[in-house]
Amino acid sequence: MSEMKKIKNLKEFSTSADRFEGANLLCPGCAHSIIVREVLNATNDDLVLSASTGCLEVCTAVYPYTSWDASWIHIGFENGSTAVAGAEAMYKALKNKGRLKQPDRNPKFVSFAGDGASYDIGFQWISGCMERGHNMMHVVLDNEVYANTGGQRSSSTPIGSSTTTAPAGRVSYGEKKNKKDMVSIMASHHIPYSAQVSPNKWKDMVKKIQHGFSVDGPVFINAVSPCTTEWKFDPKDTMLLADLSTDSLVFPLYEIIDGRELNITYRPKNVVPVEEYLAAQGRFKHLFKDEYKHLIKEWQDRVDDNWSYLQRREEARV
Amino acid sequence: MIKKGWDEFEIGAMLRTFDGSINDIAGTSQDDRSYSENSSYTASVADWRLIKPVFNKDYCIDCQFCWIYCPDVSIISRDKKMIGVDMDHCKGCGICVEVCPTNPKSLLMFPEQAEEEAEIASWPAKDEEK
Ligand SMILES: Cc1ncc(C[n+]2csc(CCOP(=O)(O)OP(=O)(O)O)c2C)c(N)n1
Ligand code: SF4
Ligand code: SF4
Ligand code: SF4
Repeated sequence: MSEMKKIKNLKEFSTSADRFEGANLLCPGCAHSIIVREVLNATNDDLVLSASTGCLEVCTAVYPYTSWDASWIHIGFENGSTAVAGAEAMYKALKNKGRLKQPDRNPKFVSFAGDGASYDIGFQWISGCMERGHNMMHVVLDNEVYANTGGQRSSSTPIGSSTTTAPAGRVSYGEKKNKKDMVSIMASHHIPYSAQVSPNKWKDMVKKIQHGFSVDGPVFINAVSPCTTEWKFDPKDTMLLADLSTDSLVFPLYEIIDGRELNITYRPKNVVPVEEYLAAQGRFKHLFKDEYKHLIKEWQDRVDDNWSYLQRREEARV
Repeated sequence: MIKKGWDEFEIGAMLRTFDGSINDIAGTSQDDRSYSENSSYTASVADWRLIKPVFNKDYCIDCQFCWIYCPDVSIISRDKKMIGVDMDHCKGCGICVEVCPTNPKSLLMFPEQAEEEAEIASWPAKDEEK
């Protein structure tokens, strides 16, 4: 295996030669590209990448341009994961047969996909990749909505969020169901590594990505990706929203090793009330009306409950 | 580059990012790459911008927060130093200004037509509130 890239601090990290380029067509302030850069810059190895249909894909490969300085494929919405798995299987086969031209190069196989492409439409394909044990990483850019097609709800959309197919208004407070726990589902495939990450905690992210690259087998990463357009906030506040996500524990940062051992990797010094996280986003604006205010308390209770669940699991090593 | 019409699109296309081969892309800085005209690096989104960041190096502590959090790879960092903003790729989101920790900030947003030298000459003083 090739040597892991040494990244002691941000200054050292900034000497990375980016393999993702500007003049892509993602919205100003889109977190998708911040996450992609943190993942790609975590390694100096060759990369074999895919992107399922969604904002990242349609904005970075607009014919005749590409923003990717690596082997990169777009196929269907659902099967980016399997495309990478196929490349990985081919790589392994050629290696076993001694037919690789440069056997010392150690490419990393990564598929990127939105929550729509992962939680819903690509779900069984990812499950298959995890179950078959491919040596690859699947990264979800979790903006909790089908952003690219106009903001329809996905099974990652949290309760109370106003989306185009679950709009808040006179008869409804928006999305009625709660977010699917995808990290747990993927960890239950007994894969070597799964984790939840956020772009504001770049060091935690790099550590997890490097750990993911160092294990043999499938890795699942869920990255919270604040979406200025669908979450409805000013583009300059993308990192503020990421901070609010992690510090309110709405997006707790943790990892699960071998499907069992859960480690919390970030404990905010000052936990921010969930209300502040909700108030910063237009998609939750209606929750502050009198008739829906009880939902804010429900939100807080659910987040507290999840945090205590994670802590109990961590302590019990299960 | 030959641009094809909407009805001439081919099914399955491969775009080459570089002219010629590059053996170690992770070890080759953007300055030394021979980007092909298919790389978005050679394109510009400058006309998206309504406001632009101006960089005042006098206050910069080279922390690199702006580099890591710029979504558009527009902070030019070389040898652990922040040296400027790539104005072809910057979309004017303002994240770099928000994450800059210095007081006063080393990056501030101004209208697209503002004169950079004049803005730097009249840079705001230290904010005592902080
Ligand atoms: C099989 C299939 N169904 C639907 C679509 C239409 N479609 C394209 S992008 C998209 C939304 C993608 O949402 P998500 O995966 O969450 O990524 P995001 O755009 O939010 O980053 C949809 C529904 C498609 N391309 N293929
Ligand atoms: S809609 Fe959201 S996810 Fe899509 S490009 Fe814009 S900010 Fe990014
Ligand atoms: S304004 Fe946005 S795109 Fe421009 S340099 Fe700052 S962070 Fe990057
Ligand atoms: S964030 Fe501010 S201080 Fe840090 S490198 Fe950028 S301009 Fe300099």
